[in-house]
Amino acid sequence: MKILVAVKRAVDYNVKVRVKADNSGVDLANVKMSMNPFCEIAVEEAVRLKELSIKEGRVATEIVVVSIGPTTAQEQLRTALALGADRAILVESAEDLTSLAVAKLLKAVVDKEQPQLVILGKQAIDSDNNQTGQMLAALSGYGQGTFASKVEISGDSVAVTREVDGGAQTVSLKLPAIVTTDLRLNEPRYASLPNIMKAKKKPLEVVTADALGVSTASTNKTVKVEAPAARSAGIKVKSVAELVEKLKNEAKVL
Amino acid sequence: MTILVIAEHDNKVLAPATLNTVAAAVKIGGDIHVLVAGQGAGAVAEAAAKIAGVAKVLVADNAAYAHQLPENVAPLVAELGKGYSHILAAATSNGKNILPRVAAVLDVDQISEIISVESADTFKRPIYAGNAIATVQSNAAVKVITVRATGFDPVAAEGGSASVEAVGAAHDAGISSFVGEELAKSDRPELTAAKIVVSGGRGMQNGDNFKHLYALADKLGAAVGASRAAVDAGFVPNDMQVGQTGKIVAPQLYIAVGISGAIQHLAGMKDSKVIVAINKDEEAPIFQVADYGLVADLFEAIPEMAALA
Repeated sequence: MKILVAVKRAVDYNVKVRVKADNSGVDLANVKMSMNPFCEIAVEEAVRLKELSIKEGRVATEIVVVSIGPTTAQEQLRTALALGADRAILVESAEDLTSLAVAKLLKAVVDKEQPQLVILGKQAIDSDNNQTGQMLAALSGYGQGTFASKVEISGDSVAVTREVDGGAQTVSLKLPAIVTTDLRLNEPRYASLPNIMKAKKKPLEVVTADALGVSTASTNKTVKVEAPAARSAGIKVKSVAELVEKLKNEAKVL
Repeated sequence: MTILVIAEHDNKVLAPATLNTVAAAVKIGGDIHVLVAGQGAGAVAEAAAKIAGVAKVLVADNAAYAHQLPENVAPLVAELGKGYSHILAAATSNGKNILPRVAAVLDVDQISEIISVESADTFKRPIYAGNAIATVQSNAAVKVITVRATGFDPVAAEGGSASVEAVGAAHDAGISSFVGEELAKSDRPELTAAKIVVSGGRGMQNGDNFKHLYALADKLGAAVGASRAAVDAGFVPNDMQVGQTGKIVAPQLYIAVGISGAIQHLAGMKDSKVIVAINKDEEAPIFQVADYGLVADLFEAIPEMAALA
């Protein structure tokens, strides 16, 4: 089978971002960029499914990794190749695309590649939208297993256990299907040096968003971006008794 | 302007997050209709009709909607929603699952997790784990929006008398099915609805030690949460996680126990009214956002607090 994994180049999760002085956005100059953490989990899951297919003597899985983004997103695609993806596609776009635009571009890639399974991160830690996987599923007419903590393929369907508000829910989806990853699905591996070297020789195709014939027009406009209201530190209390007294009589929350 | 609010429910009970979502609709202004899609959800429809400010309740009752499968519910919402100015759902795991699928069918961008309404077409939402707040304007014919419950005080659950109307042909896409669910059973209040939340972090050392927090929580009528570090370490299940990647809470009182205060945790609780931090490391960043900080060994402080509270 073929698995398509979508990854996003995003600000590294350890970076504390700052809002630009002119409120036009956050300052990403000279900031470390990485693969979005949920996308790393998506790549890892695809690699594990491939390893399982080899172990069980089934037809080996091919993993195609795709990113929609600037030229520099090739770095994240190379990382995915080093982690075990077989080939990569960059849909190059310098624009700041909305989730719907990204989903439409991914749909064009899905139409061309015809994967049985598409795995994406549940959300990117920059825009925090949590939309793309669901939108791609709608546009493709496929079932969706979002916020996955377990993925099991059997025959022509996939069972996805999902992290939901009250606990866990399991759904069965006909293949092809869309899965988005949650934190506990797996723990991504680190790329080994030999694999990083090998990844440099794996195929990486670059296409432009225009070439896919997709309109990326948006109905949303970001008017401004501000820093959140700061919360100031309060006081230190010396004992539990003082704490309880203050909560009862000063804050009046007990 | 007429706004369609998607009711959050389990076929039996209307979830409180629906009231916060209706509150966002009230801020936008206009008539408010509530859609109850489910199976045998008559009691939910009745409860929805009593919500203050709701003019009409639409009920789509069918086996295809019993488990809120997005493949079936999204086409229904998109079809009904076409004639509305806005479609709103709570930013719960369910709302997040269904609404982007609706937006894609309607070919509009969604606005996720709004925390305030600036005008009928302009909204504020946190990005970068709450380290920045974006003001977003939409020119979509139908504005598709998820609402972060903590940004809006709930409207009254009683006082309305909306009409109830059956709607919609059944959509069974036939590509997905519900297999089962394991929902955590607890007598404590639900995390996102609790007035008091007690959360434990890596400082709890193991899952068994959470019993100290449960004892305190039961004394206070509180819900129990955890940091991502505690979840990653396997102390407690993920549905207890408070933070950017877990649940967003804003209770009257948030007690952070043995939690250092990573950015991603603060994103999930910094809108709480009063924050208490108990940590033996006086340099822990959590103290920078706490109204009351106590530098102490939690294993002594928590039982003492339970006894005094």
